Amino acid sequence: MKRLELTDLITLLRECAGEEEGVDLDGDILDVPFAELGYDSLAVLQTTGRIERDFEVLLDEEAVDEAETPRVYLELINRALSERAGV
Amino acid sequence: MTGTSLLERPGVTGRGAQARTTPAVVTGIGVVAPNGLGAAAWWAAVLRGESGIRPLTRFDASGYPARLAGEVPGFVAEDHVPSRLMSQTDQVTRLSLVTAEEALKDAGVEAAELPEYAAGAVTASSAGGFEFGQRELQALWSKGSQHVSAYQSFAWFYAVNTGQISIRHGLRGASGVLVSEQAGGLDAVGQARRQLRRGSSLVVTGAVDSALCPWGWAAHLAEGRISVSDDPGRAFLPFSADACGYVPGEGGALLVLESATAARDRGARVYGTVAGYAATFDPAPGAGGGSRLGAAAELALDDAGVRPDQVDVVFADGAGERVADRAEARAISDVFGEYGVPVTAPKSMTGRLAAGGGALDLAAALFSLRDQVIPPTTGTRRPAEDCPLDLVTGAPRRGAQLRTALVLARGRGGFNAAAVVRA
Repeated sequence: MKRLELTDLITLLRECAGEEEGVDLDGDILDVPFAELGYDSLAVLQTTGRIERDFEVLLDEEAVDEAETPRVYLELINRALSERAGV
Repeated sequence: MTGTSLLERPGVTGRGAQARTTPAVVTGIGVVAPNGLGAAAWWAAVLRGESGIRPLTRFDASGYPARLAGEVPGFVAEDHVPSRLMSQTDQVTRLSLVTAEEALKDAGVEAAELPEYAAGAVTASSAGGFEFGQRELQALWSKGSQHVSAYQSFAWFYAVNTGQISIRHGLRGASGVLVSEQAGGLDAVGQARRQLRRGSSLVVTGAVDSALCPWGWAAHLAEGRISVSDDPGRAFLPFSADACGYVPGEGGALLVLESATAARDRGARVYGTVAGYAATFDPAPGAGGGSRLGAAAELALDDAGVRPDQVDVVFADGAGERVADRAEARAISDVFGEYGVPVTAPKSMTGRLAAGGGALDLAAALFSLRDQVIPPTTGTRRPAEDCPLDLVTGAPRRGAQLRTALVLARGRGGFNAAAVVRA
């Protein structure tokens, strides 16, 4: 089963929404809110669209809105991926 | 005039008479043009008579009837625009951000340090982020809605340049966007001047435009006034008997407009005053009455309190199309007399930049007043018999004292605008 790791997410964020100057995405960012990483809701939306396309998965819009950190966001995606794999 | 009653509406009068009457002065200029990136490089190229009209490189235009354009050369967006903005901006916005930054730096002002709502941005745009829009529409059509960028929600939008400039520099004051094609570059400055009268102390204004993508190209072709010549030196010839249409280009200028009081208080260098502005609208085709461009010129002179014999140079719209050139020549000679005032159209070196064109001409007029030189209309060797203009051709003209310039612009669809700048 495919899982999305933090390094994959960082790559996607960079591709979809660039990189804020002065933010170290390679540091310990699992619990740093997206807003502090320089990614607003639209940046997350753009990245979510990309993940939905690439992994052929549909994510819950409200849950995505509430996922404020990479850790929560990754949990959400990986849960969706495993649920789909279990079907 | 309705303008007076507007200014005196409740809530506006409270700001005091001084704000309403203090002149609007230009303290900063930023330029991005096909013949120069940056105001200094562009102006030097203009005075050398150096054209930026070349075969299109942005996309493969070999299969189209028209293949020449004025592209901004050597613009590497990544060198100027932060990575976070790259995925959410069209070429037109990237060019605008660079130009706004130059203008503010030139003015020597940190807009973010001004009182919170004192500074704003008023730009013009004729097509928004067209190239971005084309890419997303292609994705929608060929792959489906899941493939459309979330940023399409604003990246295409007419107001996007105003918005991104405002966010970047913290310009939270009165702002807006004007959409009137080539006239827009002047209309924006007219609107910025109104905002200064209503109490703003600084407005970044003008226009930068770009739509050199197949979709934008198709729009130019559909209108049927684009030049299909393959000779860069003869493709766009304003007021020439050989005029054969216009060459589209990208770029423009952004100006920092300040109330004279605010500029004086901070000891700013001043390029000139936007002393007059007016806009008119042409009657519907076939309705009679003809072009209202001359009326815009007269109203702008009136607004500036300037007589025609006090105007030292006219920056013409220069459509490069016989009927429109004739109409403009008639409008100019009705106001100034035949061969009555030096006229120039340096856009012969850039092509028509849509909203950016009027703004770039305004920048050229201000540099003309500063350097006491009229840039030439290139390509055109002499005006056609039916265009009785004292057209400056070949080389820059020096010698006459330049204190007042009139800038004219016409936008597709009947828009006319005129602005008067004084040294």
